Amino acid sequence: MTAQSNGGPIVSLEQVQVAFPVYHGGSRSLKKRVLFRGSAGKIARDADEHVVVEALRDVSFSLGAGDRVALIGANGAGKTTLLRTIAGIYEPLRGQVVTRGRISPMFDINLGIDGDLSGFDNIRLRALLLGLTPAEIERRLPEIVEFTELGDYLEMPVRTYSAGMILRLSFAVATCFEPDILLMDEWILAGDAHFMGRAEMRVQNFVERARLMVLASHNLELCRRWCTKGIWLDRGSVRDFGPINQVIERYSDFVSATQVPGH
Amino acid sequence: MLERQQPSQFSLAIADFSAAVGLWPLWTKLGWNDILYRYRRSILGPLWSTVNVAITVIALGLVYSQILNQPVAVLMPYACAGIIVWGFISSVMLEAGSLFSSSESYIKQVKLPFWLYVCRFIFSKIVLFAHDLPIYLAVLLYFRIWPGSVALYAIPGFLLLAINGAFAGLAIGMASARFRDIPRIIASLVQVLFLFTPIIWMPDLLGSRQYLAQGNPVFHLIEIVRAPMLGVMPSVLTIWVTLAITAFNVLATTFFFLRFRSRIAYWV
Repeated sequence: MTAQSNGGPIVSLEQVQVAFPVYHGGSRSLKKRVLFRGSAGKIARDADEHVVVEALRDVSFSLGAGDRVALIGANGAGKTTLLRTIAGIYEPLRGQVVTRGRISPMFDINLGIDGDLSGFDNIRLRALLLGLTPAEIERRLPEIVEFTELGDYLEMPVRTYSAGMILRLSFAVATCFEPDILLMDEWILAGDAHFMGRAEMRVQNFVERARLMVLASHNLELCRRWCTKGIWLDRGSVRDFGPINQVIERYSDFVSATQVPGH
Repeated sequence: MLERQQPSQFSLAIADFSAAVGLWPLWTKLGWNDILYRYRRSILGPLWSTVNVAITVIALGLVYSQILNQPVAVLMPYACAGIIVWGFISSVMLEAGSLFSSSESYIKQVKLPFWLYVCRFIFSKIVLFAHDLPIYLAVLLYFRIWPGSVALYAIPGFLLLAINGAFAGLAIGMASARFRDIPRIIASLVQVLFLFTPIIWMPDLLGSRQYLAQGNPVFHLIEIVRAPMLGVMPSVLTIWVTLAITAFNVLATTFFFLRFRSRIAYWV
């Protein structure tokens, strides 16, 4: 982890463009494609010109050690897509994404959760999914168990857990190995107040050790508390990037302006 | 760092493959869970697959020895080895279609090498194949057949088959993620292949039309494992055809993977 001490960017995006092809029931089937290929002319061209949704357009920014970044914006602004692009899941059509260090994505608390396995087995499975080695997992297991506060419940099949309990388990695993980059989608809001307090402390600790967090959320209050910088996404482009208070202010002004008729 | 050239598709594909191999604790666990999941809460568990195949072998062996007028002691071991090997091939062909589309939740939530899903898939298929081997041993014991040391040639033969399974599985999985009709096409193909290929009937029955068996690549893929299991060396033709299929399969799939690897996440 010496790489961060030189202060260079940990995450850097350069004119990133991500677009999703939209496959209708028909265009996704081979039959239609083969048939259209066979019949020359206009239809063939139409069949090849897929409908494409531009999810990210010309997105450029770079984030360094210690940054806690909030992604804000309306539904469909591209927040989740941006998180997944940083995580390396979507490779951009154009532009470049450079990241340094281990990434811990927390987009779906149910990822890799097998309801019939015990809490312990699920911790091990999830940690393997996040790239930990079996030895590392056994070493960190006591700490994870401690953070979940699930105690004897961990012997039970996860099927019997509540959503909040699964969240605690997932969060404990996702943050146990001090990832360099922590990416979170808004589901984090599902925890109870006690858990949220502990989670906030853990994130704070974690970011103090010169690491990076990106959080996508609609909860502006949470963003203000947890984050230092903000990125306002609007229809796939970065509308504003700067200190969290400034970004939230501009975003709120924009939202209230568009809500008042006549403006 | 930023000035660095974007890595080539080739090095990305190689990195994908080697990262997946390194993650073997993960894919063996996931593959094993896949098997357990299918038989969860049944008393026999994965042994059900053994029981199913055993019933098929006994029933087909008895019936076809009558239909084809061949001694049970010859046809049953032949059909047994054939059905077990065919079971591996057909399950790869039938289930590779959902290789990526069934892992959508993983692919969209966490960055893992795509080869990891292929390894998980082929691992669970190999484990299920191993579950069927006791039937083969039981048939050998019952009919007092001793294949001799030639049987060891079945191991490299199966290795070739498994490599083909992995690459074909990747190609089918990618194509099916993009075109959802492909699994259906393959499903009907598998049914025809079972009837068309000498699996429960012997190629001798074709008389002068041997080319119908020898010209069928699936026949050779089965023979490379089945012949040594029954104590016979695979023919030179079988070995060459299998090697040629493997080379083609690896090259074509690698090309396909180089070209479309980065699109898989968008397709699923």
